[in-house]
Amino acid sequence: MAFYLRRTAFYAVTVWAAVSLNFLLPRLLPGDPAAIMIGKLRRASGGRPLSPEVIASINAVLGPPKGTSLWEQYLIYWGRLLHGDLGISSTRYPARVVDLIAAALPWTVVLVGTATVLSFVLGIVAGAWVGWRRGTWLDHLVPVTTVLQSIPYFWLALVLVAVLAVQLGMFPIVGGYDVFDFPAGPEASWAFLVSAFTHAILPAVTIVISSVGGWLLGMRNMMVATMSEDYVVTAQAKGLRPSRVRSRYAARNAAIPSLAGFGIALGFVVAGSIVTEQVFSYPGVGRLMIQAVSGLDYSLMQGVFLVITLTVLAANFVMDLLYGLIDPRVRTHA
Amino acid sequence: MRELMPRWDGKLAIGVATVALITVFALVVPLLAQDPRSSANPALLPPGPGHWLGTTKLGNDVLAQLAVGTRGSLFVGVLGGLVSLVLALFFGILAGYIGGVVDEVLMLLTNINLVIPGLPLVMVIAAYVQNAPGLGSLARSSLMVALVLGVTGWAGSAVVLRAQARSLRTREYVAAARVAGEGTLRIICVEILPNLVPLIAAQLIYGVIFTVLGEAGLSYLGLGPTGSITLGTMLNDAQTGQAVGTGAWWWFVPPGTIIAALGAGLSLVNFALDEVVDPRLRQAPQAVRRQRRSRAAITREEASA
Repeated sequence: MAFYLRRTAFYAVTVWAAVSLNFLLPRLLPGDPAAIMIGKLRRASGGRPLSPEVIASINAVLGPPKGTSLWEQYLIYWGRLLHGDLGISSTRYPARVVDLIAAALPWTVVLVGTATVLSFVLGIVAGAWVGWRRGTWLDHLVPVTTVLQSIPYFWLALVLVAVLAVQLGMFPIVGGYDVFDFPAGPEASWAFLVSAFTHAILPAVTIVISSVGGWLLGMRNMMVATMSEDYVVTAQAKGLRPSRVRSRYAARNAAIPSLAGFGIALGFVVAGSIVTEQVFSYPGVGRLMIQAVSGLDYSLMQGVFLVITLTVLAANFVMDLLYGLIDPRVRTHA
Repeated sequence: MRELMPRWDGKLAIGVATVALITVFALVVPLLAQDPRSSANPALLPPGPGHWLGTTKLGNDVLAQLAVGTRGSLFVGVLGGLVSLVLALFFGILAGYIGGVVDEVLMLLTNINLVIPGLPLVMVIAAYVQNAPGLGSLARSSLMVALVLGVTGWAGSAVVLRAQARSLRTREYVAAARVAGEGTLRIICVEILPNLVPLIAAQLIYGVIFTVLGEAGLSYLGLGPTGSITLGTMLNDAQTGQAVGTGAWWWFVPPGTIIAALGAGLSLVNFALDEVVDPRLRQAPQAVRRQRRSRAAITREEASA
């Protein structure tokens, strides 16, 4: 029980720290993001004066000009947040930040989520195999995966786009669906699903290629370490079939750390997509983040960062609790 | 002492050679090549005599840009790696060695830093810092990029260092030093740190890789340094200059190759260090190989008998 209490307390503190960081950053650094935002909004609305409600919302998120104490601002900030008010976007005026994020989230979750699961399964299966065959030529796969890991993701994606999409024309180059076939936006039809699927293949492949090496290497190293444990030697001495020793004795235990990593990777599904979505102009959360940063849309930037952070924390939290069930040792030693 | 040195093998040799080559390239070639910002050349020239790697859309010589960019990336990488190493040492060793409440507090900070997603945090900080009027030309310098990446990327190393420091704390020679009345700082510097050298070196290398890749990513997203040339800013220029669409491969392939080679070289060095830190990684494959060899020898003997 103490284990679960500790973990819950840790995540409560972390959520508080993340929100406070979001609150403090624009206020501590020199410059006046709130004034910039209000100026941008005024331009976005075509020079018409902004409603007091909008100005109040910006001030709550990014800091009022002067006067109110930091503590009062902090309370107002939390109040806004708990009501789900993340402010108004200046780059997509007058859309609410919450609505923009809600529209982008499914794209990211489906694309990066599927790619992450695929990459994990591939990496674990291959890693268990390479680790089992340690000391053979398969060990040379280890440096190969390192090279794969060191390639900057976006560069690999650019090269693949240049070759497969631009030169060979096998895949669409940009976007989440064909905007010419579906000018009205996403719809619930078979043709739309097909279009979205063909647009997702190349981004998903690049994500898998760039991340599978990490899973493979981690699993292989754990497998090598587990194979020298006494219980594996015992299992072999008992004369169990090698396939049984491999799957039930070695791989099962070797996969535990990777499983924890998988939980964390799932949390990063929302965050890890930023570069992918920039390369492919994919209409997800990451693209929203880039638009916000390059357009100095501070409200949108804060909102996306908050959503990304909360997803990561939630995934970590769930994984921590599950991990205590999978591996009881961490409950007692933590 | 012998055990703390990595075993000299093919992987390590290739790694060291790659990193050395790239470093020499970055230090020497900028002195020989033309001015990387000179736009006196014809635009988008494919590789050929005179311009070995061709020219960019603005008429810059790609080879000159590549050399200066590699130097810029190495500078950012080493500086960012050092910053994150210093922070990781402070948080990790202090938490691991002192333990108790200090451990709880430092580890809480480390874990918070660890779970907050890195790239979005870096983007948010960079967006605020780079538009802060008070910082002047520093705001978008490569120094600032290195600092931002270093300050956000230390937590993973801190966790690794803490675990080792914790286990070293219970060793007898450390206890002996404590009984002899040595101060905490002296014990950490004289008894703990020397035993962590392979691990610290590995963490520094990870830090450098992380910062080089991080700088490339930030620059690609348009948040890189503006004053100086790095491999990341080259890739960003290539992206905005439609290099992929127009088939100007000589513009975006070389910077990516250098980043990949540098990262791979450093990782290969780290493999050798990993095998020092965790001898099982080296011994297990060796043991299997020895077993197989002796089994083959027995079969051969039986066959000849």
